[in-house]
Amino acid sequence: MFHLILFLFFGAICVAGAVNLLVQSHPINSALSLIAVMGSLAVEYLLLGAEFLTAVQVIVYAGAIMVLFVITIMLLNAGKEEGSGGSRVAILLGIPGVLIATLLVAWTVLFHSNTRAVPLGALKGDPRAIAQLLFHDFLLPFEITSVLILIAIMGAVVLTSRPEAVARGPRRDG
Amino acid sequence: MMVPLSYYLLLSGFLFVCGVIGFLIKRNIITIFMSIELMLNGVNLSFVAFAAQWHVLSGQVFVFFVMVVAAAEAAVGLAIIIAVYRTRETLNVDRVNLLKL
Repeated sequence: MFHLILFLFFGAICVAGAVNLLVQSHPINSALSLIAVMGSLAVEYLLLGAEFLTAVQVIVYAGAIMVLFVITIMLLNAGKEEGSGGSRVAILLGIPGVLIATLLVAWTVLFHSNTRAVPLGALKGDPRAIAQLLFHDFLLPFEITSVLILIAIMGAVVLTSRPEAVARGPRRDG
Repeated sequence: MMVPLSYYLLLSGFLFVCGVIGFLIKRNIITIFMSIELMLNGVNLSFVAFAAQWHVLSGQVFVFFVMVVAAAEAAVGLAIIIAVYRTRETLNVDRVNLLKL
């Protein structure tokens, strides 16, 4: 019972944050609601027994990535979004289409998917177990992602530096 | 009382659909990028739920890799957004319609 209440409470925060992201017209409000979604998703991971992922979700996603977003919003002084005139056909066809597809998928998942209940903490996702997998079975993908991160860092530096600075080379005078 | 796996899947699907809708209807390039992050989060939740259902820890390792790729993507994507803003002076994707200035 306690498990279900926790799931419903944080699931409701998730849903509210996701809807709020769509409704808000100012990017900083969307960013803050995305942080709420990520924080409550971390609790959902904890309910599923993924302790390591909970910590990583809070530190990397809600922490590092969203700080990048917020800093970019502040740096570019992103103001209110100006809407573009949506087409009537898209509204007339899109909203019923989304509703029908959602109901169909929800009905299938709820009643015809043969899924069992997930007990609280059935699978231990503690750092020790994750590390066993990560450094034995997934060692090569792990090393490749480290190279990927390195390339991404260099790409970000090159993309954000001004073109004339790249052409001129490193500065000599201090 | 335990939570059925289908509830987790529904929540995950809802987050993914919200991300898709945001990607389509938003006009600010940063908000569009945040919608992509929302989609990734929805997929991560279904990974973790299936890992718990089938008692396979690999699902959680996949989520870890998704997070790493998302971090790299955020760094490069935001750098591209800054570069676009420098040359076009706008964040509205409707106004970014020229390949060459």
